[in-house]
Amino acid sequence: MTQPPRFADRLLKLFCSPHRLEEVQGDLHEEFAWQVRRVGERRARWRYWRDVLGFLKPRFVKRVAEPYSNPSNIDMLRNYLKIALRNLVRHKVYSAINIGGLAVGMAVAMLIGLWIYDELSYNTYHQNYDRLARVMQHQTTNGHTGTQQSIPAPLEKELRTKYGNNFKHLGMATWQDGHILSYGDKHVTRSGNYMGPEIPEMLSLHMLRGSRRGLNETNTILLSASTARTLFGAANPMGKLINIDGKSDVRVTGVYDDLPFNTEFRELTFIAPWALFVAMQPWVQRSLSESRWGNNSFQLFVQLADNMDMETVSARIKNAKLNNVSPDEKKFKSEMFLHPMNDWRLRGNWEEGVHIGGYIQYVRLFGIIGLFVLLLACINFMNLSTARSEKRAKEVGIRKAVGSLRRQVVNQFFSESFLVVIFAFVGAIVLILGTLSWFNEVADKHILFPWAKAPFWLASLGFILVTGLLSGSYPALYLSSFQPVKVLKGTFNVGGWAAAPRKVLVVVQFTVSITLIIGTIIVYRQIQHTKNRPVGYNSTGLVMIQMISPEFNGKYDVLNTDLKNAGVIQEIAESSSPLTDVWSNNGGFSWQGKDPSLDDDFATIWVTHDFGKTVGWQFKEGRDFSRKFSTDSLSLVVNEAAVKFMGLQNPLGTIVRWGAKDDPTTKHFTIIGVIEDVLATSPYEPVKQAFYFMDEKETNWIMLKLDPRRSVSESMAAVESVFKKHLPSTPFNYKFADQEFGKKFASEERFGKLAGGFAVLAILISCLGLFGLASFTAEQRTKEIGVRKVLGASVLNLWGLLSKDFVVLVIISCFIASPIAYYYLNRWLEEYTYRTELSWWIFVVAGVGALFITLLTVSYQSLRAALMNPVKSLRSE
Amino acid sequence: MKRTYLGEFEEIVLLTVAVMEGGAYGVVITHEIVAQTGRSVRLNQIHAALQRLEDKGMVKSEMGEPTAERGGRRKRLFTVTAYGRRTLQEIHEVRVSFWNRLLNPLKLTTSL
Repeated sequence: MTQPPRFADRLLKLFCSPHRLEEVQGDLHEEFAWQVRRVGERRARWRYWRDVLGFLKPRFVKRVAEPYSNPSNIDMLRNYLKIALRNLVRHKVYSAINIGGLAVGMAVAMLIGLWIYDELSYNTYHQNYDRLARVMQHQTTNGHTGTQQSIPAPLEKELRTKYGNNFKHLGMATWQDGHILSYGDKHVTRSGNYMGPEIPEMLSLHMLRGSRRGLNETNTILLSASTARTLFGAANPMGKLINIDGKSDVRVTGVYDDLPFNTEFRELTFIAPWALFVAMQPWVQRSLSESRWGNNSFQLFVQLADNMDMETVSARIKNAKLNNVSPDEKKFKSEMFLHPMNDWRLRGNWEEGVHIGGYIQYVRLFGIIGLFVLLLACINFMNLSTARSEKRAKEVGIRKAVGSLRRQVVNQFFSESFLVVIFAFVGAIVLILGTLSWFNEVADKHILFPWAKAPFWLASLGFILVTGLLSGSYPALYLSSFQPVKVLKGTFNVGGWAAAPRKVLVVVQFTVSITLIIGTIIVYRQIQHTKNRPVGYNSTGLVMIQMISPEFNGKYDVLNTDLKNAGVIQEIAESSSPLTDVWSNNGGFSWQGKDPSLDDDFATIWVTHDFGKTVGWQFKEGRDFSRKFSTDSLSLVVNEAAVKFMGLQNPLGTIVRWGAKDDPTTKHFTIIGVIEDVLATSPYEPVKQAFYFMDEKETNWIMLKLDPRRSVSESMAAVESVFKKHLPSTPFNYKFADQEFGKKFASEERFGKLAGGFAVLAILISCLGLFGLASFTAEQRTKEIGVRKVLGASVLNLWGLLSKDFVVLVIISCFIASPIAYYYLNRWLEEYTYRTELSWWIFVVAGVGALFITLLTVSYQSLRAALMNPVKSLRSE
Repeated sequence: MKRTYLGEFEEIVLLTVAVMEGGAYGVVITHEIVAQTGRSVRLNQIHAALQRLEDKGMVKSEMGEPTAERGGRRKRLFTVTAYGRRTLQEIHEVRVSFWNRLLNPLKLTTSL
């Protein structure tokens, strides 16, 4: 049969009122068929068109009002929310698991988000942070390229004269350190630095008083607001004279706002002029006036000229040092480059001269962990919703049968999931407010909750949307696809096929959790392993006091007598470096049998006679310095690493020459003792070869060995009174060697604590989900369990039956998690020279632990189901 | 006597519906009128007239059975209501009374 013109038909359908369409179209088609028989198809089509156009009149186009109410979106939304709330209240356990789990997950993700934001915004306080850089250098010794911040003093002049158009500002600086600031009788120790006059401008310091040009004269100082308050209280500090370290008098020419915590210079609480430092140090004056390039002792900061980019300038200054050094130093292949301020915090590691990133790895890692924890919480939500789908299936069936569109069912489930997410979000904010101070402490941060920041709320909104959609999509789309006929008839079966994705999700959850557990164990073992490393000295009761003012000169003997008389110390000694660091490294040594190609480089430490006794050196060979031998000022104690480095068979008595052969100032030292390696620098690296000289003129630190028979606080009070008596204008600051040593693990311990915390949360969230799933299965199988019990199954049988499924999933997770954890942790450990091993038992422990927790979680539900009286469970039908 | 005004075309449609006795719907009414009067009537006119008649309460309608040539669509079948019937009656009576008073009906026709 021929069909009427399709386009005309469509036109009619478009315009004609729906309640008239059927009869009109039917009549038109019947007429068409009749006309085709009467006048042929061609003319019939024409007629058809004419007839259709005849119907395009207001009478036929006008729509009639529907006899049923047409609820607005708001009405439906209210209904959705009401139903959702009722569902939440009705299933309290599920709701608690869902909201609680999701809130924890969101709190973790948001905390990590805040943390990442804080890390990424490091140093952005300075307006020109993207134009600032530190000049650094690579140097190659014994085939290894090392990278350092310290540069020679003449570099600034070189860059200004030969490369000047690349830079807007340059500023020299020494190293940030504690100094004594005195105003009248007030003496405080504050951390500060000597810096070039352009630095305040470069750092865009916010001046509260005075101007950024305050360092142009030599005897001036800029104070931070907190330092000014400590010294002067509310009085105006401008123009007042203060004293630094009892050496130089300076005039306050400005006060700047304290630098925020998330900046590199957060502890820069005063700035004195670089010129003042130079004026006090004759050797720096010499190296500047005579252009001596050999000593890398300072820092140089630059701000690029406006039209320059970092990489170009960095490449240009590459040979700024190499072109000037003496021929015998060319072998170190010094390369200068710029390290942009943007990268200071997160990308500050080099390996063999190659930039390998740095802290950014932790930022990425925690970002991933945050996402995973959130994912775990979303998985819980999805799993519980789908598990309950059989119950909700009837509801969906009835809704659909009564006339719900699929769209409405989808909306219903989405509004439910959004309600849960919003509750969880509120819960997450409460959690964050409760834990933020703890988190700040662990992560060493000063993060505030960003109440007033629009981006945060925008991000949160996005967060809610994504989480709501992510966790609501599966139930919404899956449940709404049920066919009402099947569901209501009861032939609908969600077993087997429907449980598969749920199982996959559980496996994902436990894989993540187990990986985190293994990671945490490894991190703690690595820290413990390094902490247990022999340090080569006895750090208990060892106090270190830095001699930062000239007041200490010549006080050693009186301090020694008074402290010993007070009976609080066993020994006292002095040293050039603290026990936990090496402040000086030197080359230029030679000895018999030295390999001519060896670039000798030693940690050089000057000590007094009693140093060995004070810190508890362990001698392998030879003897300690002694007052019995007047020649000991030319004696040398070396560590085992030095013996190995020098290639000595019989170290005792070996003569070491320091300096050129024909130079009259060259000294010859004799090795008198070999000690076990003293761990002073990084606990993850091998101990460096070290020389210990005996010379009290070079010392910077006083070491005290407290008497262990007296309490530490009592002893320290006595020590302080003795120091106050002899050093009235020096604030008494001291450090315990063991605490300082412990600080070397700060970043690893922080990492361990955070990873551990997240692992616990991940496991908690996963177990919450498992608990929900288990209770669901138990409930679903109530009848089956009843029948089994009646037929004679024991409680143990039933417990095994119900727990088996979950145990299998966790075992699968173990097998997936182990290789993943092995791969990443192996890579992490490779960064440490001194590291623990990845033993197989760690994986077993993590797996067994996870299994144990799983069984604990599941058993509560399965035992409850197994212990139920079958009479009760079977009666209800 | 007050009664609803019925146009000439509407009257013819109403008469056709009455004649068809329950089998009346758009297409057959059209064909019947075309056959009986020789006018060129179009479907939309018939539908419009039927709607007006329904609004006035002279016909009522219900949906009938679908047929194949209508593409499975149902037809709307019209029947005359009592009110419609009485209206037709009255019109007829008015006309008859005029015709009766006409003395020579044949003359009138020839003069045309």
